Amino acid sequence: MAQEAPGEDQRAAGFQALVDADHRLEPRDWLPDRYRSMVLRQIAQHAHSEVIGMQPEGNWITRAPSLRRKAILLAKVQDEAGHGLYLYAAAETLGVAREELVARLHDGRQKYSSIFNYPTRTWADVGAIGWLVDGAAITNQLALTRTSYGPYARAMVRICREESFHQRQGFELLWALARGTEAQRRMAQDAVDRWWWPTLMMFGPPDARSPHTAQSMAWRIKRVSNDELRQRFVDMAVPQAAALGLTLPDPELRWNADRGHHDFGPIDWEEFQRVVGGDGPCNAERLRVHRAAHDDGAWVRAAAAAFAAKHRDPVAVPA
Amino acid sequence: MTAATGPAVGAADRCAYALRLGDDALVLAQRLTEWSAHAPTLEEDLALENIALDLLGQARHLLTYAGAAEGQGRDEDRLAYWRDDGEFCNLQLVEQPNGDFAATMVRQWLFSTYQRLLYLALRASADPDLSAIGERGAKEAAYHLDHAANWVRRLGDGTEESHRRTEAALLGLWPFVAEMFSGDAVEARLVAAGVAVDGRALRPAFDAAVDAVLAEATLSRPEAAFTARGGRSGHHTEHLGHLLAEMQHLHRSHPGASW
Ligand SMILES: [Fe+2]
Ligand SMILES: [Fe+2]
Repeated sequence: MAQEAPGEDQRAAGFQALVDADHRLEPRDWLPDRYRSMVLRQIAQHAHSEVIGMQPEGNWITRAPSLRRKAILLAKVQDEAGHGLYLYAAAETLGVAREELVARLHDGRQKYSSIFNYPTRTWADVGAIGWLVDGAAITNQLALTRTSYGPYARAMVRICREESFHQRQGFELLWALARGTEAQRRMAQDAVDRWWWPTLMMFGPPDARSPHTAQSMAWRIKRVSNDELRQRFVDMAVPQAAALGLTLPDPELRWNADRGHHDFGPIDWEEFQRVVGGDGPCNAERLRVHRAAHDDGAWVRAAAAAFAAKHRDPVAVPA
Repeated sequence: MTAATGPAVGAADRCAYALRLGDDALVLAQRLTEWSAHAPTLEEDLALENIALDLLGQARHLLTYAGAAEGQGRDEDRLAYWRDDGEFCNLQLVEQPNGDFAATMVRQWLFSTYQRLLYLALRASADPDLSAIGERGAKEAAYHLDHAANWVRRLGDGTEESHRRTEAALLGLWPFVAEMFSGDAVEARLVAAGVAVDGRALRPAFDAAVDAVLAEATLSRPEAAFTARGGRSGHHTEHLGHLLAEMQHLHRSHPGASW
C-alpha cells in the first residue's frame, strides 16, 4: 500500500471530524460501511412507511363524507406517494435500487413504521392520523432536516413543508367533528383514544433500550433522541387536544412545572414489540396488499420495458 | 348576456347539461381513487391520483354550477350524495369497473379523447361559467389524454400479454363509445342557444385521434358487440349502484351533519 494512502483508522477519524464539524455528507464522500448501512436502513424504512401509510388513509377516499374532504384526502395520499418517491431516490444514492428495497420489504428484512399496522375503522381516524401521526412525523422529520447525510436531509426539508399541511388538515377535520353531532363527537374521541398510544410509540423505544441510538447520534444521523422527540410531541399535542375539546387517554398526563414539560403515563412496550414483530391487527394485510399490487403490476412494468427497448432512439443504441 | 343565458331561460337545461359533465367527472374520479396504493408503480399511483384530483375539481365546479342554475339551494354535496343512480346522468363508460390496468387506461384514453374535444369546444360557450370550465378543463384533459394514450401505445406494443389485455379491454369498452355522441333534445336546445357543444359533431375528430393511437399501439378498432345507451337520462349498468352505495354511505348515515 502506498504510504500516502490513508489507513482505515485515519479515514474513520477524518470522517468523524467532518461529522463533528456538521459537514453534510454526500454519496461521493468516503463513508464507513456501517454508516452507509445505518442510513440506508433508516431511509428505506422511512420510504416504505410513506408508501404503506397510503393504505389506511386510502381506505377512506372512496367514502369521504364531502367532496371537499375527498379532495383534501386524495391530495394528501398523493403527497405521501411523492414522499415515497423522494425517499427511494435518496436511498438509491447509496447504491441500492428501489426494486431491491421493495424486495427487502416483502421478505421482512426491512420494516415500515408500525403505526400503519393499526386499522382506520371510522372517518375520524383520517383526522387522528393527520393530527397525531403526521404531527409525530413532523416532530421527527424537523430534527432530521439536520441529519448528516445530505440527500436524506434535503428530502426532509421538502417533505416537512407538506407534512405540516397534513397535520393542520387532520386537526381541522377533528375540529369539525368535535363541534358536530353527538355521533361525530364520539367518533372523534374514539379515534383519538385509539391512536394516542401507538403514536407515542412511533418515536421508538426509550433511549436506554434503543440499540442503535448511541452510534446514530454520534454520526449525527439522528440529531435528537427518541425520548426527547416524544416529549416535544406530547408538549405540542396537549394544548391542541384541549383546543379540540377532546381528551387524551392518559390519566397520568399533567403539566410538571419543575421540568417545564408534561409528564405522561407508562407506554406499553410489550404491545410495541408485539406489533413490530408482526402480530398487529393489520401487519399481514398491509404487506399482502403491497405485494399483490407489486405482483399484479409486473406485466405492466414488463410491457413498459419491452416498449422502451423496441422504440429506443436508434442513435442512442450502441452498435 | 344573451336571453338564452339569463337566469330563467334555459335554466333547467343548463342544470341538466352541467350535471351530465359533472357526473362524468365525479364518477370517473371515484373509480380512479379505487387504484390508490394498488397501482403497478408508485409513479402511477401518483399519476392516477393526480387525474382523479383534476376530475374531482371539475365535478365540484360543474355540480356547483348545476345547483346554482337550478336555484333550489342544492350544493355540490347535496347533488353528489343525495341523488340515486337513476338521477345520475354520466356516460356508462365512466362507471365501468377498473378491471386490470389496461382496462383502466383504455377507459381513460377513450374518455379523455372525448372530454378534451368537448372542453375545447365549450370554451366558445355563450355562458361565461361554462366557457371558463372548458378553458381549464381542456388543459387538464390534454394531460390526462397524453398519459393514457402513452400507456395504450406501450401496452398495445409492449409484450404479448399486454397486447392481449389491451385488445380485450378495447373490445369490452368499445360498446360504450357511441353514447358520447348521441345528442338529445336538451343538448339541441342549448346548442341552438350557443351554450352547449354539439356532441355529434365531435365524432370525426374523435375517430381520427383514436385511430392514430391505435395504429401506434398495433391495435385495430373493434366492432361494438352492442350499443350502450341511456346514461344521460339516468339509465345505468349495474355497476353504478355499487359505486354510489360506497361513495354515499357515510354522508347519508349522518343526515344534516357538516364535515
Ligand atoms: Fe409523508
Ligand atoms: Fe403526511
